[in-house]
Amino acid sequence: MMSTAPELKSPRRPVSHSTLGRAQRWSWIFQRVSGVILIVLIFTHLFVNLWSGDGINQIDFAFVAGKLANPFWQWFDFLMLTLAMIHGANGMRMIIEDYAHTPWLKATLHWALRISTVVIIVLGTLVLFTFDPCPADAPASLLPSLCEDI
Amino acid sequence: MSPATTLYRGHEGMWMWVVHRTTGVAIFFFLLVHVLDTALVRVSPEAYNEVIGSYKTPLYAIVEAGLVAAISLHALNGLRVIAVDRSTWALRHQKQLVWWVWIGFAILMLGFLPRHLMHAFGGA
Repeated sequence: MMSTAPELKSPRRPVSHSTLGRAQRWSWIFQRVSGVILIVLIFTHLFVNLWSGDGINQIDFAFVAGKLANPFWQWFDFLMLTLAMIHGANGMRMIIEDYAHTPWLKATLHWALRISTVVIIVLGTLVLFTFDPCPADAPASLLPSLCEDI
Repeated sequence: MSPATTLYRGHEGMWMWVVHRTTGVAIFFFLLVHVLDTALVRVSPEAYNEVIGSYKTPLYAIVEAGLVAAISLHALNGLRVIAVDRSTWALRHQKQLVWWVWIGFAILMLGFLPRHLMHAFGGA
């Protein structure tokens, strides 16, 4: 038998948004705003890449290069990358706060999270904006059709 | 030894909270891997095609289905959390809204799974 949980009394000190502190409040607002934008971005991403056309079978260099040659998809992916990484890192930060109680463990996890988040955002952004859809030394059969005109 | 007294009630909202956390963590780690695999387009077309080719195997088709399921649940429950924060009506009906999350999830998966599994296993 599970013991019955005690009845919750109202908190002695009411929790209001103003007691959360400025950083916590921004984190809270960001998580919600970015969440809604990410729903639009990620479901579009999944629809275009995984549902339309040949689904998973169409994904290869030619497909990705054909998309990323278009500035619209470059900026779309950039926004999705940064928002998703910050939203995810913010969630992971809260989980570390909840479960890691030893100071050194908490510090290590927070730093590992910060470093991996920055590395992934920088790497992803560099790839998106320095990427060549028609590398000169690659076989033409692997390239998107737009490379034929060059 | 009897279990420690807990405030967890084990109702819909608590399980949805567990689902939200676990799907969130899973999606985060997938995102790290997904940026790294996509970064291979910067290495060479051959390198990218080889790695992405392994995503087209039956095992990964199942993993991808799980990923889409995780994203759908996290997204729909995220909307529920926002609604419960913003409206007293939603706060009063938060349990009922959990069931709407599952219904929306079922609809999304019905739209995605058959098509994805046909792509992955039917060669269509």
